[in-house]
Amino acid sequence: MRFQIYRFNPDQDSAPHMQEYDIALEPTDRMLLDALMRIKTVDDTFSFRRSCREGVCGSDAMNINGKNGLACITPLADVQEPVVIRPLPGMPVIRDLIVDMSQFFKQYHSVTPYVINDTPRPDGERLQSPEDREELNGLYECILCACCSTACPSFWWNPDKFVGPAGLLQAYRFIADTRDHATNDRLDNLEDPYRLFRCHSIMNCVDVCPKNLNPTKAIGKIKGLMLKRVL
Amino acid sequence: MVNREVVGAHYGLRDWLLQRITAVIMVFYTLILLSALYAMPTFDYMNWKALWQSSVMRYSSFLFVLALAFHAWIGVRNIFMDYIKVASLRLVLYVVVILALCSYFAWAVQILWGR
Ligand code: SF4
Ligand code: SF4
Ligand code: FES
Repeated sequence: MRFQIYRFNPDQDSAPHMQEYDIALEPTDRMLLDALMRIKTVDDTFSFRRSCREGVCGSDAMNINGKNGLACITPLADVQEPVVIRPLPGMPVIRDLIVDMSQFFKQYHSVTPYVINDTPRPDGERLQSPEDREELNGLYECILCACCSTACPSFWWNPDKFVGPAGLLQAYRFIADTRDHATNDRLDNLEDPYRLFRCHSIMNCVDVCPKNLNPTKAIGKIKGLMLKRVL
Repeated sequence: MVNREVVGAHYGLRDWLLQRITAVIMVFYTLILLSALYAMPTFDYMNWKALWQSSVMRYSSFLFVLALAFHAWIGVRNIFMDYIKVASLRLVLYVVVILALCSYFAWAVQILWGR
């Protein structure tokens, strides 16, 4: 199977280049990640991140034939040859497919992604009704792979100021949590032309999310709550 | 001055809402204008002139130009926010756009009510 892979080693190369590989696969190689591992057995200078190899850790996000996705859950049968693989767009490259995610996580941390509740702790857990819990579906499943944010033009232009779809999905995840008591502060934190309102509902994020989540919808709900707050 | 990333100007919602409201106003105006043209007995100079003498047309056009100016201001500023990274240059461009939009607005008023 033929591959064109983005290669860059800042210690040796002055500029990135695309390297071609033609690899004989084994019958057990089902997913793109298997093929990348196969390539690594012939060229051990090739670097990428991976861990769980089943779509739950979010570490092998990359740009596959022009679209962001997780290599471990992309079937080889579905990709066209030559498979063109690049690092996530717009992120500083550390080496080959490994990118520096610090800006992405900085934005994630900026939305205080944990339940804030100052009322005394009950004996057991803080309970939710099944209906309230329902609202968290489609939000809590995010694995922070960054496929969405790095497909978002608004995040490309302002990664330092725009929270990005992944961070905003998590912002809504805690706004939507009935156990959280900081909704007002959370809305204040996002009431800004850059942090939230850089999103122009282009929906690239929805298109690429490997977990089929919908950040645009969550962003719409945050905007709706802000509107409700001033009316 | 310390070089910090600063965000938190609380006008995000206001502009977002204004852009949507002005868009709706412009859609309504387009419908009014199209139906006025459609209702014209014959499309000639006399009817055209009469159309713009009516105060309904004048005031709705006035509202339209106002909505257009705000809509354009928010849209153009959004573009500058994305592509112009130097704050001082952005400020200069903002002023230029505001001046241009204000003069277009004044010009439109002159066209609508002038002779
Ligand atoms: S929303 Fe989807 S694409 Fe974005 S970080 Fe979460 S799992 Fe990845
Ligand atoms: S909908 Fe918003 S967050 Fe999603 S890709 Fe578009 S601009 Fe980015
Ligand atoms: S290796 Fe964990 S998500 Fe792909």
